[in-house]
Amino acid sequence: MNVLSDAAAEKALVKKMNEIDYKMIGQDVSVYYGDKRALFDVNLGVRNNTVTALIGPSGCGKSTFLRCLNRMNDTIQNARVTGRITLDGEDIHDPSIDVVELRARVGMVFQKPNPFPKSIYENVAYGPRIHGLAHSKADLDQIVESSLQRAGLWNEVKDRLNEAGTGLSGGQQQRLCIARAVAVSPEVILMDEPCSALDPIATARVEELIHELRTNYSIVIVTHSMQQAARVSQRTAMFHLGHLVEEDDTDKMFTNPNDQRTQDYIMGRFG
Amino acid sequence: MSVGSIVLVVVALAAVGYILGRRRALSTSTATATRLHSLPGYYGQTVALFVAVPALLLLMAWLFVQPVLIESRVNGMIPDSIIPEGGARSLVMADVRQIAAGLDAVLSQTELTEEALDDGRVDSSNVRKRLAEVGVALGGNVPAEVFEAAKAYRRSADIGNLAVTVAVLGVALTLGIWSLRSIHPKMRARNVSENFVKALLIGSSTIAILTTAGIVASLVFETINFFRMYPASEFFFSTVWNPQFRGGSELGILPLLWGTLYISLVALLVAVPIGLLIAIYLADYAGPSLRSFAKPAIEILAGIPTIVYGLFALITVGPFLRDWIAQPLGLGNSSSSVLTAGLVMGVMIIPFVSSLSDDIINAVPQAMRDGSYALGATQSETIRRVILPAALPGIVGAILLAASRAIGETMIVVLGAGAAAKLDLNPFEAMTTVTVKIVSQLTGDTEFASPETLVAFALGLTLFVLTLGLNVLALYVVRKYREQYE
Repeated sequence: MNVLSDAAAEKALVKKMNEIDYKMIGQDVSVYYGDKRALFDVNLGVRNNTVTALIGPSGCGKSTFLRCLNRMNDTIQNARVTGRITLDGEDIHDPSIDVVELRARVGMVFQKPNPFPKSIYENVAYGPRIHGLAHSKADLDQIVESSLQRAGLWNEVKDRLNEAGTGLSGGQQQRLCIARAVAVSPEVILMDEPCSALDPIATARVEELIHELRTNYSIVIVTHSMQQAARVSQRTAMFHLGHLVEEDDTDKMFTNPNDQRTQDYIMGRFG
Repeated sequence: MSVGSIVLVVVALAAVGYILGRRRALSTSTATATRLHSLPGYYGQTVALFVAVPALLLLMAWLFVQPVLIESRVNGMIPDSIIPEGGARSLVMADVRQIAAGLDAVLSQTELTEEALDDGRVDSSNVRKRLAEVGVALGGNVPAEVFEAAKAYRRSADIGNLAVTVAVLGVALTLGIWSLRSIHPKMRARNVSENFVKALLIGSSTIAILTTAGIVASLVFETINFFRMYPASEFFFSTVWNPQFRGGSELGILPLLWGTLYISLVALLVAVPIGLLIAIYLADYAGPSLRSFAKPAIEILAGIPTIVYGLFALITVGPFLRDWIAQPLGLGNSSSSVLTAGLVMGVMIIPFVSSLSDDIINAVPQAMRDGSYALGATQSETIRRVILPAALPGIVGAILLAASRAIGETMIVVLGAGAAAKLDLNPFEAMTTVTVKIVSQLTGDTEFASPETLVAFALGLTLFVLTLGLNVLALYVVRKYREQYE
C-alpha cells in the first residue's frame, strides 16, 4: 500500500517535472570533500528563463551545489560529486560531455570581482577568443560591445576599452565579470553572492542587470540577502546543513513557507 | 684591558643597569603613588641601552682610529735611509708591528721586565735572538731606528689601550647613572626603547648601503689609477687581450665581454625554458605530495659547489661535445668550449628560475584561475593567457637574478670554457670571461702598481656597471608592464 502510493507519488512528480520547462536538473546530488560530506542527496531543478535563488546560512552547501552545476568542484582536490545532473537532459558527468564546453554553456560569476589583469577589452574578448567564436576583428569588436552593453557597462567604458580592467570600481568590475561570462553566450549563468563585495548602489545596478538577463538566460544566484532573493528571483531554494529544506515560488517562500526552518531563517532567527 | 673584556664588562654593567632601572621605576612609582607610563621592564631597558650602546659605539670608533694615529706617529721615526732598496715603507712598518708584538711575548714569557728594554738587556743588537727564544722569527737584523720605533709603537699602544678602557667604561657609567637618576613614573620609557630599535634598523640598512658605496669607491679609485697608465679607448675598443708582465700588454675588454655574454646567453637559453616549464608544472599540475618532494630535489642543483659543476664540464660534457658533435661536424677539436660551460652553467641556474618562478606563479590568486576555468578555458590556456602574464614581472626578476649569477660565474668557465680570450662565433671554440681574467690577473705574487694587475679593477667595474644596467632595465620593464595591467 505504502510502496504503491510512493510509486504513484514519484510518477506524479516525474510527470510534473516533465511538464515544467527545466534547464538543469540535479538528482540525488551529494558532494564530499575528502571524508566530509557537504551535500546530502539534493534534488533541485533550474527552470528556463527563471532566476533561482539559493539561500541558507553559511556553510549550508548552497555554493557547493552551485559549483556542481558547471563542475567547478573538479578543480578542488579531494572533492567528489555523486548523483546525476543534467543540462537539457544530458548528464554533465557523461564522458561524452567535455567539461570545457560545459563551462562555456554554464557560465559563472564569483563572489569577489576577479577581472584578469588585462585591458577591459581583453577581459571580455578572452572567452570568445579561446572558443573561436569570432571570425574577424570586427566580429570580436561586435561581441565585446554587445556583451558590455548587456552588462550595462558599455556607456561607462566605451572610451577606455584599453585601460586595465582592474582599474574599475568594484561594481564596474563585477559587471565586467558578468560581461565576460555573457560574451561566450552561455545558457545558464551561475552567480555566487555577486553583490557581497559591492555597495548598495552598485548592488542595485547588478540586480537590475540580473532582471534583464533573465529574458535570455537561466540564472542561479546564491545570496545571503533575503531582500535580494525576494527582489530578483522567481524561485527560491532553502538549504540547511547540506540538505535542501524546500524549494518553491519565491512569493510563497517569503510569505508562507512550508518548513519551520525556512520561516525562522527568513525572519532572521538563525543564520 | 683587552677589547673582549671591555665588552664583557660593559654588558655586565648593562645587565646591572637593567635590574636597577626596573627596581627604581617600581619604587618611585609606589613612593609617589603614580602609575608608571610603561611596563617596568622598559625602564630597565632604557638604562641598559644608555649604558651599552654609546659605550660600544665609542669602542668601535676607537678601534678604527687608534691604529691610524699610532702608525702615523711611529712612521715619522723611520728615516728613508733604512728602507731597503726596492722595498716599501709598509714592509718596514710590518716589521715594527711584529717586533712590538714579539717584545710583548718576551716580557710575558721570560723573567725580563719593562726595565730590560731600557737598560740594554734587550736592544737592537740582541732583539732577534730574544724574539727567537719565544718563537717570533725575524727576517733580518734589526736597525736601531726600527727597534726604537717598535718601542714607541708599544708605548703608544699601551697608552691607547688604557685610554680606551677608561673612556669606554667612563661613558658607560656616566650615562648609566644619569639615565638611572632621570627615571620617574612619567618618563616615556617605551618610546625610548622604540627609538633605539628604529636607530638600530636604520643603522643596519646604512651599513649595507655604505658597504656598496665602499666597494664601488674602491673599484673606481683603482680604475682611475689604471686609466692613468693605460688608455681607456684601447681598453674598451681593442679586440686583443694579451697581457705581458714585462710591459707592452694589450688589454682590450671586448673579447672577454663577448665571452661573458656568449656563455651567459647559452646558459640562459638552457635555464629559462626548462626552469619556466618546471615552475609551471610544479605550480599548476603537480600534486602536493610530488611537489613537496620535487621542489627541494631541484633546489639541490643550486647547492652543488660550482667547482663540482666545473669538474663535470671538464671530464664529461666537454669531451662528449667534442667527440660526438664538434669533431664529426668539423667545428673544432677543443674539449673546452663556450657550449660546454654554457650548458653546465645553464643546469646550475635552473633552480634560480624554477624555484622563484614557481613561488611567483603560486602567488597569482586562485580567483584568476577560477575565472578562467569558469569561462571554459583549459588548464594550459589559463596558464598561457592569464597566469603567465600576471606573473611576468616576477618571472623577469627571476630570470635577471639567474643572468647576473651566470655573468658572475667563474669556476665553471675556467674548467669548461678554458682561458683563451677570443672573439669568435663558433660555440665549440674555447673562450673566456671577464671574471676568469680578473682572477688570473690577480693570482700570484703581484703588486698593485702595473696596468696588468690594475686592469682587474677596471674589468670588475665594467662587470658591475653591466649587471647594474641589467637590473635597471629589469625594473623599467617590470614597471612599464605594471602600469599597463594593474
